[in-house]
Amino acid sequence: MAAAATMMFGQEQMVSSNNDMAPDWTSKEVSTGTTIMAVEYDGGVVVGADSRTTTGAYIANRVTDKLTPIHDRIFCCRSGSAADTQAIADMVTYQLGFHSIELDEMPKVETAANLFKASCYRYREELTAGIIVAGWDKRRGGQVYSVPIGGMCVRQQVSIGGSGSSYIYGFMDANYKPGMTKEQCMELVTNAVSLAMERDGSSGGVVRLAAISESGVERRVVLGGQLPKFFTN
Amino acid sequence: MAVTFDGGVIIGSDSRATMGGEVVSSKTINKLVQVHQRIFCCMAGSLADAQAVLKTASFQLNLHSVQMEAPPRVIAAASLLRKLCYHNKDELQAGFITAGWDPQKGPQVYVVSLGGMLISQPFTIAGSGSTYIYGYTDAKYRPHMTREEGLQFVTNALALAMGRDNVSGGVAHLVVITEEGAEHVVIPGNKLPKFHDE
Repeated sequence: MAAAATMMFGQEQMVSSNNDMAPDWTSKEVSTGTTIMAVEYDGGVVVGADSRTTTGAYIANRVTDKLTPIHDRIFCCRSGSAADTQAIADMVTYQLGFHSIELDEMPKVETAANLFKASCYRYREELTAGIIVAGWDKRRGGQVYSVPIGGMCVRQQVSIGGSGSSYIYGFMDANYKPGMTKEQCMELVTNAVSLAMERDGSSGGVVRLAAISESGVERRVVLGGQLPKFFTN
Repeated sequence: MAVTFDGGVIIGSDSRATMGGEVVSSKTINKLVQVHQRIFCCMAGSLADAQAVLKTASFQLNLHSVQMEAPPRVIAAASLLRKLCYHNKDELQAGFITAGWDPQKGPQVYVVSLGGMLISQPFTIAGSGSTYIYGYTDAKYRPHMTREEGLQFVTNALALAMGRDNVSGGVAHLVVITEEGAEHVVIPGNKLPKFHDE
């Protein structure tokens, strides 16, 4: 009896400290280890992301939508802890909606970015969230702001983020040129996210795209079979 | 990195050596080592370990070549490196890219990874800066490129990696190996291609 009791106690400890007997997804946090990006063009922005959410080695959701609308013409791309980014996005959506009603006009993308920054910086020790804010407003047109882990905020013409982004820095440096059209941006984003998905274990699934401009938001999905093929040996 | 083209291979590397990621101890180190007339190796990982392994492998390769009475095959060089890396894997932290040309199989590229795996690939990239150019090289590589296309491919890829990785930099060393022999090309930092944000 004593021996059995000891064994049971040991088992309990072992499961919670992640041994070989229990699969790792029982103890790993849900992460959107991912590839996200946003590109400015004349008249708007194109945002793109993969669709894989992982808990350790298990893919919890293979058709995730990481492009979250914050307002009518403002989106955010989420990477890092799924819980953290969802919570922050919900907070910012509320704050921005309230602010927009008070102002009685469409909010600036810069305002949304600063709201993200405020939360990400204040709670930087507790959070793991890398966010790209992109959208259109009538004062400055299409804008992309990057709010990486740590809580800085910087405007860029192109921003890439998430674990898969490391693999496409070279590709983006070589292939992005200022002054591209919306269709060229869509193609660039599709290619870049596909390349990253091919190399990063935490990215995969489908490529989700959204083009945001004055006239509205156009969403597209590029499914597995339609992804561009590259030479990968 | 190393890439095969129609008629040969091009092996290339940067020239920066750092201590602890803080100090650049050398701006112009040559990481491309000639182990035989048409076989070059590129070091990755701990440079001290890599140099020691290469010296041993060079010697063994020469001995093998004398015994065979023929120039060594590229796979012979790669196999010697792999043997040393695998049997001493606990002490060593070195990986290699071996590229060359031999009459039996033409241009070849082999990779010996940290634990001692040996594989042959049409092209390969390695080192800390390689992470940033996986997307670029996957998109840009075509089999059967010409010599000029190959040179452009390697130069661009190295420049992009050096632009993003802080422990890669300096000049770009390239060696073009064909049936005729080996030709060393050095491209100084200011002559490297610039990309849109530079």
